[in-house]
Amino acid sequence: MDKNMVTNARELTNTEFFYGHKACAGCGGSLAVRLALKVLGQNSFVSLPPNCMSAVGFLFPQISFVTNAIIAPFAANAAVLSGIEAGAKALGLKDHHVVGFAGDGGTADIGIQALSGAIDRGDRIIYICYDNEAYMNTGIQQSGLTPYGARTTTSPAGKNLPGSIKMKKNMFEIVAAHGISYAATASIGYPEDYLKKVSKAAQCESTSYIHVMAPCCTGWGFPGERTIEIAKEAVDCGLWFLAEYENEKFTLNRKPSSFSPVKEYLMKQGRFRHLGDDDISIIERHRDHKWEKMLKNWDS
Amino acid sequence: MDRPKVVKYKEPERAEDYPVGATFKAGHLVQTNSGWRTFRPIIDQDKCIKCLRCFLVCPDGAIDKSGESLEIDYDFCKGCGVCAHECKVGAIRMVKEGADEDGR
Amino acid sequence: MRMAGRKIFISGDEAVAEAVRLVSPHVISAYPITPQTVAVERISDFVEDGSLQAEYIHVESEHSAMSAALGAAAVGARTFTATSSQGLLYMAEVLPYVSGARFPIVMMNANRALAVPWALLSDHRDSLSQLDSGWIQVYCEDAQETLDMIIQAYRVAEDERVMTPMMVNLDGFVLTHTYELVELPDQAALKSFLPDYSTDNKMDLDVPKSVCLAAMNHYMEYMMKQELDMRNVESIIEETDREYGDMFGRSYGGMIEQYMCDGADAVLVTLGSVTGTARVVVDSMRSEGYKVGLVKLRFMRPFPKAEIIEIGSKVKAIGVVDKDISVGYEGIVFTNVNSALSDLDRVPQRLNFIAGLGGRNVSKAHIRDMYMQLLEVAEGKEKEKIQFVNARCEYNG
Ligand SMILES: Cc1ncc(C[n+]2csc(CCOP(=O)(O)OP(=O)(O)O)c2C)c(N)n1
Ligand code: SF4
Ligand code: SF4
Ligand code: SF4
Ligand SMILES: [Mg+2]
Repeated sequence: MDKNMVTNARELTNTEFFYGHKACAGCGGSLAVRLALKVLGQNSFVSLPPNCMSAVGFLFPQISFVTNAIIAPFAANAAVLSGIEAGAKALGLKDHHVVGFAGDGGTADIGIQALSGAIDRGDRIIYICYDNEAYMNTGIQQSGLTPYGARTTTSPAGKNLPGSIKMKKNMFEIVAAHGISYAATASIGYPEDYLKKVSKAAQCESTSYIHVMAPCCTGWGFPGERTIEIAKEAVDCGLWFLAEYENEKFTLNRKPSSFSPVKEYLMKQGRFRHLGDDDISIIERHRDHKWEKMLKNWDS
Repeated sequence: MDRPKVVKYKEPERAEDYPVGATFKAGHLVQTNSGWRTFRPIIDQDKCIKCLRCFLVCPDGAIDKSGESLEIDYDFCKGCGVCAHECKVGAIRMVKEGADEDGR
Repeated sequence: MRMAGRKIFISGDEAVAEAVRLVSPHVISAYPITPQTVAVERISDFVEDGSLQAEYIHVESEHSAMSAALGAAAVGARTFTATSSQGLLYMAEVLPYVSGARFPIVMMNANRALAVPWALLSDHRDSLSQLDSGWIQVYCEDAQETLDMIIQAYRVAEDERVMTPMMVNLDGFVLTHTYELVELPDQAALKSFLPDYSTDNKMDLDVPKSVCLAAMNHYMEYMMKQELDMRNVESIIEETDREYGDMFGRSYGGMIEQYMCDGADAVLVTLGSVTGTARVVVDSMRSEGYKVGLVKLRFMRPFPKAEIIEIGSKVKAIGVVDKDISVGYEGIVFTNVNSALSDLDRVPQRLNFIAGLGGRNVSKAHIRDMYMQLLEVAEGKEKEKIQFVNARCEYNG
């Protein structure tokens, strides 16, 4: 294996680059940022649009990024990354990484145009979407990556609606459809797999994209200590998946022989607790359909 | 332990002394997060097998692996309990703040 | 010492491109919009043929154009972008980012009417809607001034006492697409006028920083700092204009240019290319014995308050030509001029001429009529204070 690959805690530096921030205790997103920066190191230029991670990390005079960092306009994290990379190149800077962390909203909704532009140009940037399945920083509103049945403040569950009535936008495949050189899905419940993917992205000569599931205890309604457990279970029950896209091929990194019960995963979270069996079977059917396609068309 | 420390920050007395631009030095911490904790994680070093899982998954990076044994930076540990929940051998206990080590 | 340069026959858009080639930014990010397009096309040609060594980012929108420029400026790169009208408003969110972060990005804006109704021709409603964005704004009269001001803009914006972005405005089509003989400054002399850009206000691998940060409890003080620094910009604009004049033989008077204002009873205040027409009218009216003058307002931010007060104290009537309107009130330039004049004990008579909206023609005859009305109000006659000039139909004033 490549000497630059970081695949476990032993290889990971002890130094912290995102420290003293004000994220909720047990926040999954902050772990996604922390681990990625530990792989990428001090010579990183980090850009974040408005989201929980920028809100908790840039509170002058409490500055939590130890690396260089910038808050980008919400719709334009990828464009700011492109600009940083172009500027660094023109100034002859070497041995640095340009990395962005945007939430699900900042990626799949308002930021998708700029992201598409950057991938299309092939700019050498690492774009990490930490997916907490709603607009958390503004108080848990529905985003394009909110799953079916999730209660958010703009998709309330009531007599008439089960919460969100749409499935997650398929960001990973939308990104892959650009012919990007490297894209991956990950989960902080499988941190070693995530580290490996960040290492791979770091070596990529053009745009790379990682979509990491990062549960939000506050918005999802579970005790903070369970963040890793929930993130792992999302994969184990089949509602999330670990995959890569490179050399124009999709690969499933993890193929469970059987899924853990979806219902258990859902019932651990306040946002799903209102769901009845009918809704749960809608979710299961959608999962099965997705896996059928993945198993048929992707390598594993 | 090798973790960032809080520094003293003196507010500018004159507007002219503010930075040019909404810009400030990286990694500048002026307050701890220890006040957030209701429970405090305590590592039982005898039980610990140094698998580093807690170091890996702490969202706040408050567990340091540079020494002989793992150390928690109580200035920045928020007491979320992730480490204790994830420790496979049960080497981390969450003890109520203000109570003694045995939780009394 | 005055250095003569090469003269070429080019349009305003091409003058922008030539100026950009001369100042050689590290990064250019732009998105096409009429009538700015020729500028970015020429710049692309220069990048292609190697005469301009820059990274050209083909962004997918104006919002991204300014955001990419922000990113590049944030690592200390000299940066250029260009837009117009809808494009300027589309990037509006990012303008206060750039000024608040104090990045000296220079942007060309081809002034064009805002939709709707759609119109491709020039008025000033686009840039004037962004007066409060924290950018320095200058308006040019011809292609030569445009070229000179793009160059001066970098010198002013990058001055460490300034560190503020600058928008160089030129009227769409009237300037962007009209050809004239333009003198290019000598490249070697330009190097000493505009040194390479370097700054501490950037993300730096040796001195890492957080930029565009959140300062909830210190927001007010950061803004105070920005305002206090902006108050010093006027003298730096003037010093730059003088030095440029000494080196290249052209200077423009700094914040404003007064044309035949000595002994004038009535003056018109203009912005942009309409100034050229007004000059001709002033010349002919002066030869007929009318005491008229012209104030070419060059900068809208910072606003030349002291200069306006000084003129106001000398004349009996001031007219403001606004190629814009703040619907529900009056012309935007008029509001600004009035607020300066309110410091006077004796305020001259004032008329506001709303003209040229959507590129409606403003002829010599129209301007002459404005002067005649001003001379009449100077003598105590009453006139409608806010007037539409050259409308196709009557209206209730
Ligand atoms: C242009 C613009 N629109 C809306 C907002 C308000 N806003 C700030 S953060 C945020 C939510 C971000 O959600 P996401 O990207 O999923 O990140 P999260 O907060 O969940 O971490 C929103 C809507 C904004 N800052 N800018
Ligand atoms: S609301 Fe959720 S994503 Fe935001 S800081 Fe808290 S736990 Fe993290
Ligand atoms: S997870 Fe438990 S066993 Fe592993 S290093 Fe931490 S305390 Fe020790
Ligand atoms: S309780 Fe939470 S913050 Fe404290 S050390 Fe454990 S995982 Fe880290
Ligand atoms: Mg989110």
